[in-house]
Amino acid sequence: MPSTPSSADFVAAEAVARHFDVSKPWLARAIERSPRVFLKAVDGVSFAVAKGETLSLVGESGCGKSTVARLVVGLYRPTSGRVLFDGMEMAALPPAERARYRRRMQMIFQDPYASLNPRWRVRDIVAEPLRAFGLVDGRAELGERVGALLTQVGLSPADGEKYPHEFSGGQRQRISIARALSSNPEFLVCDEPTSALDVSVQAQILNLMRNLQEELGLTYLFISHNLAAVRHISDRVGVMYLGRIVETADSGTLFSTPRHPYTRMLLEAIPDLAMSGREREPTGGEVPNPLDPPAGCHFHPRCPFANARCRAETPALKQHGATETACHAVEEGRI
Amino acid sequence: MIAFTLRRLMQSVVVIVFVALIAFSMFRFVGDPVHQMVGIETTLEQREALRERLGLNDPFHEQFARYIANAAQLDFGISYQHKKPVTDMIGARFPATFELAMVSALLALAVGVPMGVFTGLYRDSWLSKVFMAVSLAGISLPTFLIGILLIFVFSVTLGVMPSFGRGETVDLGGWTTGLLTASGLQALVMPAVTLGLFQMTLIMRLVRSEMLEVLRTDYIKFARARGLSNRSIHFGHALKNTLVPVITITGLQLGGIIAFAIITETVFQWPGMGLLFLQSIQTVDIPIMAAYLMLIAFLFVAINLAVDLLYYVVDPRLRLDRGAAW
Amino acid sequence: MDSDLWYSFARSRITVVAAAVAGTMVLAAFLAPLIAPYDPFDLASLDLLDAHIPPVWAEDGETRFLIGTDDQGRDLLSAILYGARISIGVGIASVILSLVLGVGLGLVSGYAGGRIDAFIMRVADIQLSFPAILIALLVNGVLRGILPSERQDELAIYVLVLSIGISGWVQYARTVRGSTLVEKNKEYVQAARLIGITSVSIMLRHILPNAMGPVLVIATIHLAVAIITEATLSFLGIGVPPTEPSLGTLIRIGNDFLFSGEWWVTIFPGVTLAVLVLSVNLLGDWLRDALNPKLR
Repeated sequence: MPSTPSSADFVAAEAVARHFDVSKPWLARAIERSPRVFLKAVDGVSFAVAKGETLSLVGESGCGKSTVARLVVGLYRPTSGRVLFDGMEMAALPPAERARYRRRMQMIFQDPYASLNPRWRVRDIVAEPLRAFGLVDGRAELGERVGALLTQVGLSPADGEKYPHEFSGGQRQRISIARALSSNPEFLVCDEPTSALDVSVQAQILNLMRNLQEELGLTYLFISHNLAAVRHISDRVGVMYLGRIVETADSGTLFSTPRHPYTRMLLEAIPDLAMSGREREPTGGEVPNPLDPPAGCHFHPRCPFANARCRAETPALKQHGATETACHAVEEGRI
Repeated sequence: MIAFTLRRLMQSVVVIVFVALIAFSMFRFVGDPVHQMVGIETTLEQREALRERLGLNDPFHEQFARYIANAAQLDFGISYQHKKPVTDMIGARFPATFELAMVSALLALAVGVPMGVFTGLYRDSWLSKVFMAVSLAGISLPTFLIGILLIFVFSVTLGVMPSFGRGETVDLGGWTTGLLTASGLQALVMPAVTLGLFQMTLIMRLVRSEMLEVLRTDYIKFARARGLSNRSIHFGHALKNTLVPVITITGLQLGGIIAFAIITETVFQWPGMGLLFLQSIQTVDIPIMAAYLMLIAFLFVAINLAVDLLYYVVDPRLRLDRGAAW
Repeated sequence: MDSDLWYSFARSRITVVAAAVAGTMVLAAFLAPLIAPYDPFDLASLDLLDAHIPPVWAEDGETRFLIGTDDQGRDLLSAILYGARISIGVGIASVILSLVLGVGLGLVSGYAGGRIDAFIMRVADIQLSFPAILIALLVNGVLRGILPSERQDELAIYVLVLSIGISGWVQYARTVRGSTLVEKNKEYVQAARLIGITSVSIMLRHILPNAMGPVLVIATIHLAVAIITEATLSFLGIGVPPTEPSLGTLIRIGNDFLFSGEWWVTIFPGVTLAVLVLSVNLLGDWLRDALNPKLR
């Protein structure tokens, strides 16, 4: 799997960055002589997703993974860098042409209570993309299509008459999926789709997503902090820390032989159900203030292997064996 | 604090300039000022000369700057209707409105606070229910209707109160006051009650809800536990804590009282600014309307600014939410 | 939720009474042409000999005129019915104007944010620092300065609606802006943006339905205010002309004759106005508490 995105990749991010201006009002700045403050939510992220595969991005909350999701689907415009979809940069297209690409990608959101308009009937929610893209003719066909979509995600066509508040969290997420599938997309961005759900329901939704992927040949970008869910669904995994990707690898490789100290720390934190008796180091330190991230490698204050170079120089993502890692210690062979 | 003060000051200036822009636009574009100032026999050349002399052919921003400069020196032009300087006319009427507004506000406080305390302490007594019902009527009855009812009862039926005017006034070096003569005081009663009634109900409801709120707090329970008398709890602790918002609201309402005086002054033919303003609307006497607007805006801004800054000094946590001014 | 609302309505006896009174008055007002004994607008039918007749129970009362006549010989009952029609009509029209203006500006303000938001909210703040009646008076004065004087009587009602409507938009705008700020960050709005739904469509079809609850409460309370404002302007002589009197105009006419003992011309329209406003206020209070106890 090549690290630099090529046009052959289905979806690719090229050094995408997104900064938010979180400065105080100018008057307060003028008086306190404070500079403008930018939150670098995403700070130069590159990855590629091949057709039919699932790439997961994991990391603690606040690491920028949800911002990446919104950048990829075009809800945010990148401050720099570009996002390619099927070889085209959507943001550069004229609006009329953008609609054609929009139809081919959809997003499933984290909060099943906020992602469905409470005043709309389920059938209208599911049908909205169909109407927006003009994919069906007439009411009869629309009703049929909505019914089929609801059946496909394990609900019944009669549920279309109800309002979202009549459903449980898991059922609502099924409605979200039905809606996302309605425009026959090829690519789905899933922003923590299971993190608001009960553990027993999470597995059902993940299985549904996997089945749909096989059935429809979907490509997924899966955003999560839940390593168990990620392991269950991913082909490849990228680990994010404070707006940067620090390690990417095949799912199997990453979970069996993590290289980056941060990845190791994350995996250490998973409860060891097998009681293998391996030594567990406590997760050290706090996530630094993202407004004022540490110089060099952002992870160095928490890293047991940090040295002077780590504190000064930002490591680049490089191939080390089966994984790509952004770590001086790995590069120098210290770990 | 500096940033807050500066921002507030800047906002105030913006408000004044914005209102001045409206006032000036009214003056300049509603009807033709020249047409209003001259007689029918004036020739076109004379009109054009006057237009030039008044600077009405200058660019908009120059005229506006001149208007603001004049306004800052309290020069608001000449009334179309009365052919007299607007500033003099308003100045002559100001004492009447000011006295009426102040007496109304004091009346509203003097009656509203005790009623609020009572309804807060004894919320289930029949008298409280009467007070609450009266206050609902006070909100629902239009001001002018209250005035008419008072006139009907006390002037027409009983014949004990004068129904219009200020009575005898005394001139204190340009300030005419009705507070020093018996007939002046008598004439003040009904207008002041009419004008103050709405504020009174507002204050009463505010004090009541504040009292109910405070009496639920822990420090009042603690005071009871210490064995303090009801009297000292109610007045020393509870009431004292309700007075800050009450005085603030009353201060903020002062501008509203002056504006609402328009109606009261019309009902009682009270020779104040409000009556002048209303007459100017009826006759579309724009210079008076514009000047009155500016004056009220200035009052509002000054009061709001003072209250906001005071509030900020007293308690920075409190951000005053000024309610609707309907 | 609808059945909850009904339950809370039926349980509050005073609200039921208020609703019955308000409903009866609105119905009577709008059916005025059918139920009024006379047509007060038909100047030909007026007879000055009928002027100043007191109510039927007074000494000089006549059964033709149940509650007496005014100075032009108009049957007061008919005049009140027609007057209430004008008062309520102007009130409702003004509320609709305020609502459309305020909801529209609030949506745009909240959704667009930035400078547009700052500008609209600044204007709202400025307007809010003046009593609505003053704004209405000013708008009224300006409009009358702009309109040709010979058409003013005929346009008076529109001038009224415009001045009251403009004076009341701020409350709607602030409330809707608040709801919009909350709703626009919810994921269903992002989901709609994602598939290229236009901003206007998102505002109207997605956000507006979720922001309408408080708006209805404000509208009810505002209706009482609008009716009072109309009556006040008419009473002050800058509302509807005496040829088509509203309740406020009737009170103004009667006020001139109060001293000659003809109290009925003022008192009956006055009581009608007070009862109407009180019952609408009670309904508004109840609706506010029923829909959201924490609204204020």
